[in-house]
Amino acid sequence: MEFKDYYKALGLAREASADDIKKAFRKAARKYHPDINTDAGTEAKFKEVNEAYEVLKDPERRAAYDQLGKEPPQAQGGFRPPPDWDSNYSFSDGGPQGEADFSDFFETLFRREGGQSARMRPQQGADSHGRIEISIEEAYLGGERTLSLRTPVVGPNGTVSQQDRKISVKVLKGIAQGQHIRLAGQGGQGSGGAGDLFLEVVFAPHPVYRPDGKDLYLDLPIAPWEAALGAHVVMPIPGGKVDLRIPENARSGQKMRLKGKGLPGAPAGDIYATLKIVNPKVTTEQARAFFEQMAEKMPFDPRAHLGGNGR
Amino acid sequence: MKQTRSHSDIVDALSLQDLCRFCQAEETWVIELVDYGVLEPVGSSRGNWRFVGASIARAKKAQRLKRDLGINTAGVALVLELLEERDHILRRLAQHEAL
Repeated sequence: MEFKDYYKALGLAREASADDIKKAFRKAARKYHPDINTDAGTEAKFKEVNEAYEVLKDPERRAAYDQLGKEPPQAQGGFRPPPDWDSNYSFSDGGPQGEADFSDFFETLFRREGGQSARMRPQQGADSHGRIEISIEEAYLGGERTLSLRTPVVGPNGTVSQQDRKISVKVLKGIAQGQHIRLAGQGGQGSGGAGDLFLEVVFAPHPVYRPDGKDLYLDLPIAPWEAALGAHVVMPIPGGKVDLRIPENARSGQKMRLKGKGLPGAPAGDIYATLKIVNPKVTTEQARAFFEQMAEKMPFDPRAHLGGNGR
Repeated sequence: MKQTRSHSDIVDALSLQDLCRFCQAEETWVIELVDYGVLEPVGSSRGNWRFVGASIARAKKAQRLKRDLGINTAGVALVLELLEERDHILRRLAQHEAL
């Protein structure tokens, strides 16, 4: 088990006042809230901050935690609390309701049996919420996914053990980011039946597409002559390809809409392709000659709108 | 809810009670979110409200913001609006940076 430095998590000194702790927590909670800050790693940081506050805001828990002292030198097997480390303290409950995923460190030190008795009453198990990351291709075509879940199970004598299980999840064609898949009866177990498991769909970052609801955005590179003369280009899309007509004198940044080619559904989304004119790299004498000819024969000043006399 | 197989379906229309259970929220709080225009249910009266599409994810987000940061309803409404605006701007920025 890994020792958790709760003071460090909140950027506090060990002698911080209750008021300092509250302020530091509120500030960190805003900064790392996963709904506000979408950077990678934010969610773990947010959990850490919450766990730290859960301990430090409670004078009894804080005193017990302080008694453990500073992080001990890395002994083999990680941190182990002394057998009677909390004998002088009594905890009113075992952590906040609905927060089942604190660290092992927290679970071992602060999750007391007192919290279990409430769960022993015959009642429907709680709903669980999670997330499932799928690719845009999967959302186009639909598919099946196997998820590994680890859920706490309360045994007959009130002890909690972790149970691993696999469930298959059907990913429906056309599912969009932010939608939820419900798996009936796969949530928390209760003596009166199981709750449901809800999975929020999140799209994995895609090298080509940027999703917005059921619409997809991408950049479509075209050659200068395709832009100037107009062209038909074949554009691959998930599960197929489309024929796209580039108009004459197309501009870089011009947006083309492919109606109904986005994520399937009723109505289906659209694909928006933003044209991006890409210049070929000039490496041969012949290519050079072409460009020189263009420079000579085409009266074109791309900087005319900047004023002055150009060139 | 659309039934797709024995135990897996998409959450696509929830009643007021279903949404409360889904978000672990009080009815009065959800009604407040509707009053503030955060959630826009289909249906003429509370009894036949149906929360669809973006409202479902938004309700969950609103509940998290309230629970984790102690923001009141007006604040949640504002934060959600600003976040959606920010996401929109970030998408546009990504598009322009790619050019």
